[in-house]
Amino acid sequence: MKVLVCVKRVVDYNVKVRVKPDQSGVDVANVKMSMNPFDEIAVEEAVRLKEAGIATEVVAVSCGPAQCQETLRTALAIGADRAILVQTDAELQPLGVAKLLAAVVGREQPRITMLGKQAIDDDANQTGQMLAALCGMPQATFASKLTVADGWAEVVREVDGGLETVAVRLPAVVTSDLRLNEPRYVTLPNIMKAKKKPLETLTVESLGVDATPRCVTVQVAEPPARKAGTIVPDVATLVAKLREEAKVIS
Amino acid sequence: MLAEHDNAVLLAATRNVITAALQAAGAVDVLVVGSGCAAVAQEAAGIAGVGRVLLADAPHFEAGLAENVAPQVEGLARGYTHVFAAASSFGKNVLPRVAARLDCAQISDAIAVLGPDTYSRPIYAGNAIATVRCSDPILCITVRPTSFGAAADGGAASVEAVAAVPDAGLSRFVKREFAKSDRPDLAGAKVVVSGGRGLGSAEHFRMLDTLAHRLNAALGASRAAVDAGFAPNDWQVGQTGKIVAPNLYIAVGISGAIQHLAGMKDSKVIVAINKDPDAPIFQVADYGLVADLFQAVPELIEKLG
Repeated sequence: MKVLVCVKRVVDYNVKVRVKPDQSGVDVANVKMSMNPFDEIAVEEAVRLKEAGIATEVVAVSCGPAQCQETLRTALAIGADRAILVQTDAELQPLGVAKLLAAVVGREQPRITMLGKQAIDDDANQTGQMLAALCGMPQATFASKLTVADGWAEVVREVDGGLETVAVRLPAVVTSDLRLNEPRYVTLPNIMKAKKKPLETLTVESLGVDATPRCVTVQVAEPPARKAGTIVPDVATLVAKLREEAKVIS
Repeated sequence: MLAEHDNAVLLAATRNVITAALQAAGAVDVLVVGSGCAAVAQEAAGIAGVGRVLLADAPHFEAGLAENVAPQVEGLARGYTHVFAAASSFGKNVLPRVAARLDCAQISDAIAVLGPDTYSRPIYAGNAIATVRCSDPILCITVRPTSFGAAADGGAASVEAVAAVPDAGLSRFVKREFAKSDRPDLAGAKVVVSGGRGLGSAEHFRMLDTLAHRLNAALGASRAAVDAGFAPNDWQVGQTGKIVAPNLYIAVGISGAIQHLAGMKDSKVIVAINKDPDAPIFQVADYGLVADLFQAVPELIEKLG
């Protein structure tokens, strides 16, 4: 079966972003960019499905500017077979991305489409669910274990309170949680091999999709700063402060 | 407003979402989708500000599967301007599916209502707050419960049964493994005691049990502690775990990575106990104690009596 895996290029998770002085957004110029960590887990899982003999082909897809090619090359270095870039410099929001991905799903007809559960920049946690809805497919979100057999995928999901297991009929959309797997390190030989793998570029127009943003970002501001605290010398002082100053314990 | 429940009782966060919805729209109906959940509908009907309670009751709604719940919400949503749900694992799973079926945008994890179409929400792990405006005819919004007060009792809404959509047949529920705990629920607790990698082992993590018991606190954990197997996954506080905002948050042996701070920095009072004076957690802590936690925690338990 074919597995499609969707990846996003985001500001690296270790970077502390700064809000622009004019409050129009965060400053991403000259900031290290990487593959969204949840997507890396999704790619790893897709490649493991191939190594287990379940998947026959792994196709990576990304939507965004030309630089997303680097993100796709990373997916190819992890072990994806080929890549598709839906190239656009326009702003994309989750519904627009879900529509573009739905068009790619229509072309590629994967049995499983994997995504990360959320991107660490917009923190929306929407695209996988929206894609499943647009394709009329079931969804298994926040997956921490995936087992595929007999046209169904059994997925352990991380939910409030513990774990839940659901079975979804294929074709289906699966979004990965952090504990689905430990992504492998990309080796230099695999990076070299990835350069030779096919990368197809599509346009939004060629997919016939209206991906216009629906929301307008009016302002992006710094979160309210916490005022500096105090270092207490010992436990006795700490308890006294919590009782008498903060009044949060009895 | 889509209610969240376990077919027996309403999830407490539902009341916080009703408060947010009232700020946005002025009139709120509550939809209860489940199986054998008439008591939940009655409970919702008693909340102040609720206009009507709509009850869709069918066996295939028992597990709250998105494939079955979303079409039910979608059908009814066409008569409304806003659909609200909590930014819980249930709300996050179901609502984007509804939004896409309505061809409308969703605003995730709203922390303030600035107008019927304008909301603020954290991005980049809470390192920036975006104000977004959306003019879609129906707006789907998940709400961060800790950012809104809980709606009180005092309502007398009517409960109306609505026809259930058929089973989509795309998915089935297999099982649920929930850890039983006598501690308060993490998301709604007034006091949270959280442990990190510094605890060193699951056995040492139990030291926090006694402290939590004394303070009637919920237990939380950093990702490092969860990944190391010291604590179960659903105790994780942070960008990808639970978002908490208790009166008192005690971080023990937690360095304070960006992703962890995203889940707790709206706590009223933050206490950090860490032996590394340079740990980033001290930059957000109201009270910091630079000490070996293996000495400080037992002493703290003793001093609390």
